[in-house]
Amino acid sequence: MLEKALVGSRKYWLWVAFLGLLILVGFLAFLAQLEYGLGITGMSRDVSWGFYVAQFTFLVGVAASGVMVVLPYYLHNHKVFGPVTIFGEFLAIAAVIMCLLFIIVDIGQTHRLFNVLLHPTPHSMLFYDMIVLNGYLALNVICGWAALHGEYKGTHYPRWVKPFIYLSIPWAFSIHTVTAFLYAGLPGRHFWLTAVMAPRFLASAFCSGPALLLIAILIAQKVSKFRVEARAIDTLSKIITYALLANIFLFGCELFTAFYSNIPGHMAPIVYLFKGLHGHTEWVIFMWTAWLLMAGAALILVIPPLRRNVTTLVLACIMLFIGAWIDKGIGLLTGGFTPTPFETITPYRPTVPELLISLGIWATGFLVMTVLFKIAIAVKEARAA
Amino acid sequence: MDRRKFLKLAGLSATLAGGVPGFLNREVKARSYTPPPGALTARRWGLAIDIKKCWEEPHCNDCIKACHAVHNVPDIPDRKKEIKWIWKDEFEHAFPEQPNEFNNILFTHKPFLLLCNHCKNPPCVRVCPTQATFKREDGIVMMDYHRCIGCRFCMAACPFGARSFNWVDPRPYIKEFNPEFPTRMKGVVEKCLFCYERLEKGQIPACVEACKRKALIFGDLEDENSELVRLLKSRFSIRRKAELGTEPSVFYLI
Repeated sequence: MLEKALVGSRKYWLWVAFLGLLILVGFLAFLAQLEYGLGITGMSRDVSWGFYVAQFTFLVGVAASGVMVVLPYYLHNHKVFGPVTIFGEFLAIAAVIMCLLFIIVDIGQTHRLFNVLLHPTPHSMLFYDMIVLNGYLALNVICGWAALHGEYKGTHYPRWVKPFIYLSIPWAFSIHTVTAFLYAGLPGRHFWLTAVMAPRFLASAFCSGPALLLIAILIAQKVSKFRVEARAIDTLSKIITYALLANIFLFGCELFTAFYSNIPGHMAPIVYLFKGLHGHTEWVIFMWTAWLLMAGAALILVIPPLRRNVTTLVLACIMLFIGAWIDKGIGLLTGGFTPTPFETITPYRPTVPELLISLGIWATGFLVMTVLFKIAIAVKEARAA
Repeated sequence: MDRRKFLKLAGLSATLAGGVPGFLNREVKARSYTPPPGALTARRWGLAIDIKKCWEEPHCNDCIKACHAVHNVPDIPDRKKEIKWIWKDEFEHAFPEQPNEFNNILFTHKPFLLLCNHCKNPPCVRVCPTQATFKREDGIVMMDYHRCIGCRFCMAACPFGARSFNWVDPRPYIKEFNPEFPTRMKGVVEKCLFCYERLEKGQIPACVEACKRKALIFGDLEDENSELVRLLKSRFSIRRKAELGTEPSVFYLI
């Protein structure tokens, strides 16, 4: 089926070349980082994780969100999602690949990566993260490819795939839960030490991931003869709405606990992010942008005529995606490290090479997504013709 | 039983015998070894810092200088990328959970010596995915610089900011090179190791030796008769962030 990705319009090749260029630039920046060390980034002794780990965390969520189309179809027999599940699985593949790449660029001794396998350590949450992420990648490759191959041949997918599909559903929840546990079990990091971390991760993932999927499907409808039923888009937009509201609700719970308890350590990171602390206001504008975008998106989505209108729906999806990305892709990490264990503030700003490497990885993900979506659409078009 | 079945069964039992007990073993323990003759040994090494004695010499940095010289700790000017094993910081930063407007009269901006606490329940050891940081039988929280992958999970887990990462190659920043102790490479985490290499030779830690006021008292926390335990029993001491349950082995006599 891969040959389907090798034929395409001029626009397709231009897009692929553009992504290829970004990947090349990112790769060159990564070579510079390998040579110089992680000192090339904006990270510091006090803010020892930054943009890379933040992107990793956000993308684990995007990967997990594939389940939001797989689950209704396989567990609730929601038929209109039939043609969409494959895209959920392929989105998950692209997102997990990005996650793994972000881990690779974040570690200081890149070539020692496999020490994690050589010295398996079951009391480290990273050990489980490695298992669930690679397992999820394998599950989605198996399920996605088998289902599409069945369609390609004009048959049903083989029966042995079924258990893997069912397994992939709880597995999707596990990847984001384990990722939340990386943070939520650390003593002394008040912003992360919260039991709603995993639920909130899932909520923000299940709105931002399907939002990306919805936009991708609408683009696919524009550039190909592939069509999904309007009811599929409708269900997807309702899923996004509920997840976004859950995310906002859980954030409200965080605010209540921190401020009603009045415990300084719990309030400080939130104050730093939204109001500024000791004269440091680096992220205030970002955090307000994020939450205003999410609140605005929620407002659009809860009003049925606006949710059904494609233009406002896409606008809401873009708004909430950017909002969730800032909130989880930047706020979560800087909030966890600020104030430092000494109640001081060390500002963090990603550097240009750091951003170029990140952009290169995002481009890799989009390339994988483009190729996989292209194959899926070509197969579906050939079937329909 | 044919050969194929036998091999399958043998493989399975080997996996169970080898894998399962290792999996259940929660805490990493260093492989037991016999210390060389003349080595200083303990069941749980600890340190007390007599802070009043320390303040008698407000400009003294002997302990810091001794430690950093003997361990090839680089002197990196950029504070964001600096590496430190033992350093001074003011009371408000060392004990941020103890705000008290009256204590402050005594302690405001007063310097406290900070270093790895060699916790009894070290969160850094719990999170390390490769056991590159582990707790020895004598309580020292060790680092294996050759195994560390530089994921910095330990830095996120340490509530005391005791760990430093080599953001760049540290070697050009080493002022006086001590060939007796290894230098580090870029991309690994490092911290105070309670001078395990000196204990092996029967010497007390470099910082303790360097203190001219004898403000640092090093000893076995599980030895009733050690000077350290007698001191801790007779005087009031505090530990950093004791409420987190990591059980620091560094005590501040105040």
